[in-house]
Amino acid sequence: MFKTLAFLLAATTPHFGAPADPNLVKAWDRSIPPDGTGLPPGKGSVSEGLAIYTEKCVMCHGVNGVGKPADQLTGGVGSLATANPVKTVSSFWPYATTLFDYIRRAMPVTSPHSLSDHEAYALTAYILSIDGIVKKDAVLDAKSLPKVKMPNRDGFIDAYGATKR
Amino acid sequence: MTNKIAPSRRKFLTTALAGAGAAATVPLAAKADEYITPSMTVPGKAFTPYGMPSGHEDVKRLLRPPGISPGTGGSLSPIESLEGMITPSGLHFERHHNGVPDIDIKAHKFLIHGLVDKPLEFTIASLDRYPRISRMHFVECGGNSGANAGAPEPPQLTAGGIHGLISCSEWTGVKLGMLLDEAGVKPEGKWILAESADSAGMSRSIPLKEAHEQGILVLFQNGERIRPEQGYPLRLLMPGWEGNLNVKWLHRIKVTAGPTMTKDETSKYTQSLKNGKANQFNFIQPPKSIITKPSGMMTMNGPGYYEISGITWSGHGKIAKVEISFDGGSTWTDAEMPGPVFPQCVTRFRLPWEWDGKPLLLQSRATDEKGNVQPTRAVWKDRVSPVQFYQYNAIQTWQIGADNTVKNYYV
Repeated sequence: MFKTLAFLLAATTPHFGAPADPNLVKAWDRSIPPDGTGLPPGKGSVSEGLAIYTEKCVMCHGVNGVGKPADQLTGGVGSLATANPVKTVSSFWPYATTLFDYIRRAMPVTSPHSLSDHEAYALTAYILSIDGIVKKDAVLDAKSLPKVKMPNRDGFIDAYGATKR
Repeated sequence: MTNKIAPSRRKFLTTALAGAGAAATVPLAAKADEYITPSMTVPGKAFTPYGMPSGHEDVKRLLRPPGISPGTGGSLSPIESLEGMITPSGLHFERHHNGVPDIDIKAHKFLIHGLVDKPLEFTIASLDRYPRISRMHFVECGGNSGANAGAPEPPQLTAGGIHGLISCSEWTGVKLGMLLDEAGVKPEGKWILAESADSAGMSRSIPLKEAHEQGILVLFQNGERIRPEQGYPLRLLMPGWEGNLNVKWLHRIKVTAGPTMTKDETSKYTQSLKNGKANQFNFIQPPKSIITKPSGMMTMNGPGYYEISGITWSGHGKIAKVEISFDGGSTWTDAEMPGPVFPQCVTRFRLPWEWDGKPLLLQSRATDEKGNVQPTRAVWKDRVSPVQFYQYNAIQTWQIGADNTVKNYYV
């Protein structure tokens, strides 16, 4: 009798989690991996992005994304192996999906989650257009965004080795 | 306040009595009275619901100028003023990406979803019903000690001002692996994404195997509910891993096939090398040791006896050895580690020392149980990009002068 009970106690875990509310999962699951899974409907153009940038971003990130007081977004492409590396979205970030993801979850810093998906696409397009990573007439959406090749796409080494498992 | 007023009042009363003639007639008693301190003669203060340090103490976190929002940036633990191995919860360093959120413990929800059989949601009340474990572990920001990595001239700061993004606590919580098992991870699930409920949406990817084996969902810090600055009401702890991975204000874990490549694991917290490439997923904090006594900005008391003391830790396991050099790294002497020595935990080292008053270069060098050794600054700098500052663990040098000064120094 005791033996059976001890076995049950050892083998069972509490299971106090409730089935996840699908609406909660949908609302929170906004992370976008490099293959673009989960990108929302909608689209945004470079010119629309410039207008939004001028209204909501330029005060921190500067004209053309030159930075100060917030991070420098543009420039520095090709500088990483020099004596004066300049790490920016353009020069360093390996995936365009990360830019969309971060804008949508954390920007602008005073009111995160205030931008629409449309605005996040447009801002991503505009920022990537400054150094010519996308063309001036580019429109980004769920299909085109993951296809953008960032200049430093192959600049990272998996130091831990877990991506190969 | 009463505490501060009482001594002067008492002194005044004593003097008044003495003036009235008591001292003149009984001089011995009056003289003895001078040695009776106010604390011996006045009833002490009443009980308090939550104790605070003495009003005579002024040990505080060092606040860095804020970044783009008031809560963006960090505050440093004053390690030069602390002892032992545990950091008081109110002095644990802070690193936030958009401030400390105010989260209602009753409303907070924690989600496990993605590549699982049964997506689950938990309240803190439901997590509180799980079996708990308690562990003592350090948390160190990946950017700790970066001041010495970047500045061409050694910045003249305190030990905490340079290296204060390290703290150590007793953490209590639930094993993440147990909850992942309850959700049932699908075979294609190889990574997790851990996400914060803060306004930066701080999120990091961690390999599933290690998250399952080592991850702790922390509910308590040093015996009480985890502090807001440390992730109240729920934090992920990956013992010994880079601070940024220990996601605070945790509200979501998504099981994924690969890393999500978030902002903080690509553009930040990667290690840029000289050839322009960057090492990514530098999960484990390398060994480090810092002599906190004596340390930068302190003043020596002239020649004579000192106890050298400091803190050491490694994300790879226990600290095996700390050595002290008095000559800038030419010769080394083993320091004492009286214990306890726990894995992925701050360990205190000590060494009695007689200073002859001559100038010298004081250093400590840690070796962990896996054989990892702290490098010199030159060796560390040699492999990385000039702008690289994450995971700087080079040997710290304090220059002690004949004028009793203690300065930060590059050998």
